[in-house]
Amino acid sequence: MDLLPVILTIITASTPLLLAATGELITEKSGVLNLGVEGMMLIGAIAAFATAVSTGSALLAILAGAFSGALVASVFAVLTLIFLANQVATGLALTIFGVGLSALIGSNFVGVALEPLPKLNVDGVSTIPILGKILFNHDVLVYLSFGMIFLVGWFLSKTRAGLILRAVGESHDSAHALGYSIITVRYLAVIFGGFMSGLGGSYLSLVYTPLWAENMTAGRGWIALALVVFGTWRAGRVAFGAYLFGTITILQLHVQGWGINIASQFMTMLPYIATIVVLVLISRDKGRIRMNAPQCIGKPFHPSK
Amino acid sequence: MAPLLKLSGVTKSFPGILANDNVDLNVMPGEIHALLGENGAGKSTLVKIIYGLLKPDSGLLEWQGTPLKLLGPSQARALGIGMVFQHFSLFDALTVCENIAIASDSNLSLKTLHSKIMEVSEDYGLPLDPDRYVHSLSVGEKQRIEIIRCLLQSPKLLILDEPTSVLTPQEAKNLFVTLETLAASGCAILYISHKLEEVKRLCMKATILRNGAVVATCDPRLETARTMAERMIGSKLNNIQRRKSPKSGRSRVRINKLSLKSSDPFGIDLKSISLNVSRGEVVGIAGVAGNGQNELMAALSGEVIQSYPNDTIVFDDICVAGMRVSERRAMGSCFVPEERYGHAAIKEMSLKDNALLTSSKNINLVKKGLLQFDAINDLTEKIIFDFDVRTTGSKMESGSLSGGNLQKFILGREILQEPGILIISQPTWGVDAGAALVLRKSLLELAARGCAVLIISQDLDEIFEICDRIAVLYQGNLSALMDTETASMDQVGLLMGGGNGE
Amino acid sequence: MSLIPQFIPKFVLETRVEVSNKWVILSPIIAIILTLFSGIIIFSLMGKDPLLALYTFFIQPVTTLFGVTELLVKATPLVLIGVGLAIGFKANVWNIGAEGQFTMGAIFGGGAALLCNNIESYLVLPFVLLLGILGGGFWGAIPAFFKTRFNANEILTSLMLSYIAVLFLSYLVHGPWRDPGGFNFPESQLFSDYAMLPVLVENSRLNLGSVFAILVVLLGWILIARSIIGFQLRVVGLAPAAAHYAGFKHSGLVWLSFTISGGLAGLAGIAEVSGPIGQLLPSVSPGYGFTAIIVAFLGRLHPVGVLFASLVMALSYIGGENAQIEIGLPAAVTGLFQGVLLFFLLACDVLVRYRIKSSSFISGKRS
Repeated sequence: MDLLPVILTIITASTPLLLAATGELITEKSGVLNLGVEGMMLIGAIAAFATAVSTGSALLAILAGAFSGALVASVFAVLTLIFLANQVATGLALTIFGVGLSALIGSNFVGVALEPLPKLNVDGVSTIPILGKILFNHDVLVYLSFGMIFLVGWFLSKTRAGLILRAVGESHDSAHALGYSIITVRYLAVIFGGFMSGLGGSYLSLVYTPLWAENMTAGRGWIALALVVFGTWRAGRVAFGAYLFGTITILQLHVQGWGINIASQFMTMLPYIATIVVLVLISRDKGRIRMNAPQCIGKPFHPSK
Repeated sequence: MAPLLKLSGVTKSFPGILANDNVDLNVMPGEIHALLGENGAGKSTLVKIIYGLLKPDSGLLEWQGTPLKLLGPSQARALGIGMVFQHFSLFDALTVCENIAIASDSNLSLKTLHSKIMEVSEDYGLPLDPDRYVHSLSVGEKQRIEIIRCLLQSPKLLILDEPTSVLTPQEAKNLFVTLETLAASGCAILYISHKLEEVKRLCMKATILRNGAVVATCDPRLETARTMAERMIGSKLNNIQRRKSPKSGRSRVRINKLSLKSSDPFGIDLKSISLNVSRGEVVGIAGVAGNGQNELMAALSGEVIQSYPNDTIVFDDICVAGMRVSERRAMGSCFVPEERYGHAAIKEMSLKDNALLTSSKNINLVKKGLLQFDAINDLTEKIIFDFDVRTTGSKMESGSLSGGNLQKFILGREILQEPGILIISQPTWGVDAGAALVLRKSLLELAARGCAVLIISQDLDEIFEICDRIAVLYQGNLSALMDTETASMDQVGLLMGGGNGE
Repeated sequence: MSLIPQFIPKFVLETRVEVSNKWVILSPIIAIILTLFSGIIIFSLMGKDPLLALYTFFIQPVTTLFGVTELLVKATPLVLIGVGLAIGFKANVWNIGAEGQFTMGAIFGGGAALLCNNIESYLVLPFVLLLGILGGGFWGAIPAFFKTRFNANEILTSLMLSYIAVLFLSYLVHGPWRDPGGFNFPESQLFSDYAMLPVLVENSRLNLGSVFAILVVLLGWILIARSIIGFQLRVVGLAPAAAHYAGFKHSGLVWLSFTISGGLAGLAGIAEVSGPIGQLLPSVSPGYGFTAIIVAFLGRLHPVGVLFASLVMALSYIGGENAQIEIGLPAAVTGLFQGVLLFFLLACDVLVRYRIKSSSFISGKRS
């Protein structure tokens, strides 16, 4: 069996998960639980698609997707950080809103075809058999996904700003007593999360299946949330998780080609079942969760004098 | 010589409270200056103003002769004012070095900071390893982080808010050496405390606050603890009537070699704890916070259960080791944990709901699964009346009560269940003097009615005042029980710090 | 300090001494009004006459008797699921998988109906309904198990199970349960009359399910407000450590919350397929499980509030359908409205616990 196309499709399947999970990682590390990833991805997807169809520019489309994700994330930020709304409820509201808004805007774009994003072509190098294709023949978002998760990992462990972010998520009362603006730190973290989720959504509508369909994320936003827990809030493990899921997703598509005779619906269930399994496995380890999970996650911050 | 810090007529009020009333304060360079007063006298508010966390409503601050309007703590720090709070701003999952990095204004690299920390810790006798995670440190070591953080900024004035409340007497002595070294080098120290013996030993000047106003300034070395205490309270001190210890009654609480592994990765394991409490007796377990008190409380109340050998925990001759909380309560035991909010009481719920919290098995209050609102209301009113709880009504959320009033309510709720055994942790922590008096009196009266009372407390004065026998908890080990009459504070202090108690 | 806020707030939130009951009621009303205003803006942007659109959406549907019955039919599943969710949310147990439990209720109950399709007995309906409740309850018990046993986040597990349930239904109606006489459409046989809920008003779809909904509201109210179980749920939701101290069993309450809300969602599911729909289809819910979340919040997590909120949300559903037909508004507008309403509600809710006070950071004086 030809492994190369399989590996390439695994990368394609994993990239949106990695992009979204990277953003949510930063958000959660700052102590905010944003359940609206699904909604933000959908908004990013439709914004990118609509821009691509209207302008024909891949760059504008990607930017549109990312910034619209960041824009809706800022609504979430205002509600949870300033209005002190319950983060779980607000995240759900963001998802419902995102599904609704994207469906509304997207109703004009159903069935419209789009040229997929151009792939990077580094002269000479891309023609190296196998490795060349794996490493050098992707579109820019794939490279961005790797770059970002690496950057985020370095940011969290080696920079002062990353230290502050971790501290805010660990104990917002202490950080506030030290004079840091919890709202500013968390706002930036949430916006970043929205930006990345928007990018993840853009990837879906621009590359993965270059068309728009209502609810096209099919739960990937929720899987990205599970990935952050599965990766115990550490960049490297989150990346591993994203690729694990990408593999499972692709595997279930190929299984039918291998002559295994199970109804397609059960295969489609695989990623969701896998999500439950990994969550259960990771959550059992209370000690590890305590050491790595940001202690303030989900708790609203209200300075009490 | 001009004062380093001069406050003139500083006033600050909050809704319903005049926290600082026209306060004058003078601190000279190199002076160790005590700020005395009971809980609620306005000390914390005043130092928060000095540190730039609060703005005074009126009054003047002068620093080295120049008038000062502080915009925030970072400006205060830039001027050379450092503050060590009572409640630390530390991050458990980060290292000592990272904690100090976060707390400092400078952009020093972690490597430079690392060596600076080691330097300062040696110079001032505050041993600390920069690479350790904060969760693994004792409370005394955590305080050293806060102090070193201040020292790294070469302060001219160091403010300490109740620093020894979390230290053993030996650790406190070491702290005094550090402070005296600092003062000798010209740094002034503003020392908040209500512990008068300490203040006498350490400080050369004291400003006494009562109800927000300055009532006296004096030299502690020339005063007695009693005269200063009387000025803090504003009246002559009553001598506490020490009740006669009961002759040997039957044993109501027997704990025999209780060992327990803590469920918290950052907690303390209990190691073979043994003690007993007799009918009518008050036994105190002394110890600095963080030595296993919470684990012990949870094991005794039944909130944490594991399989023990028989007779490990015995209440009234019945082995309760495998019983849950509600079952132990059904036997007539009551428990009051240390944490008022979110544990002993729920601040978002009304007093009526909180009254029901530990009485839900009472058949008068819950019939056939349905709540009996009238009976619950009557019970709540009775608690409020009998225990002098200051509140506007039983419908009030418990979070609206002051610490002292809430504690009175909680203790009242338990006492009205007429328990045969009461186990209470930190009965008067953070409680104003008047409420503390009511609470201690209630405990003594309860014991006089035949209840066996076990108190876990950090407050040595309190333990010596109301307990018949004392033991000390250190790192999960319990010392042998001693009679209060024959035990000495020094001996107990030594045990609290891990010494031998000879 | 490197991160002093650039925007120095002129207003601060001050915690109220006690929860403002006035705002508990006022907040959803204001949120609804704000949503209507947003509706005017959205409709204008879409080139529709805003007032006509509002009328078509919110008033016209209930001008006929049939319209009113349709409103109640649409509200019924929302009430059933909403009351269950409200009970759970109060205990801080987040059942986000009601959609899946609804589907499983439809599957189990529908399966029972198909099994009994040729049996003529009045016992068929109770059997079908019971199985529907059990199906939903079972599907709700799974996240409870994972939470209590493994500490796994119930939001994610219950949600994943929703996707799985919907896929399972798709498998069934495309495969083993497909109606052999149905021209290869993915749908099951029609249920026999004995498995269907009796209709209450002639020529409408209003059925016995709506009576169940009222009963559930009453029972839910008694449970939450007047029973010791309700008290325990409230305590667990506010302070788990206090609940433990009080002797309440956290895991027991988690199981109870999930099985009740799962069972009620399952009841809603079977009531839908044994009611308005009459058979099993690949999709049996236009997102009731998620809308019910909004209903629970809009209804202040109180069964009576849930009743009113369900009517409001049901109106948004049929209004959306009506607007689609009458003025060509896309179906997705309904989803958008629901999201916007929830946003406004969350914003207005701040006034329930906090008061807005003006204060200035610069001058140091209270302004």
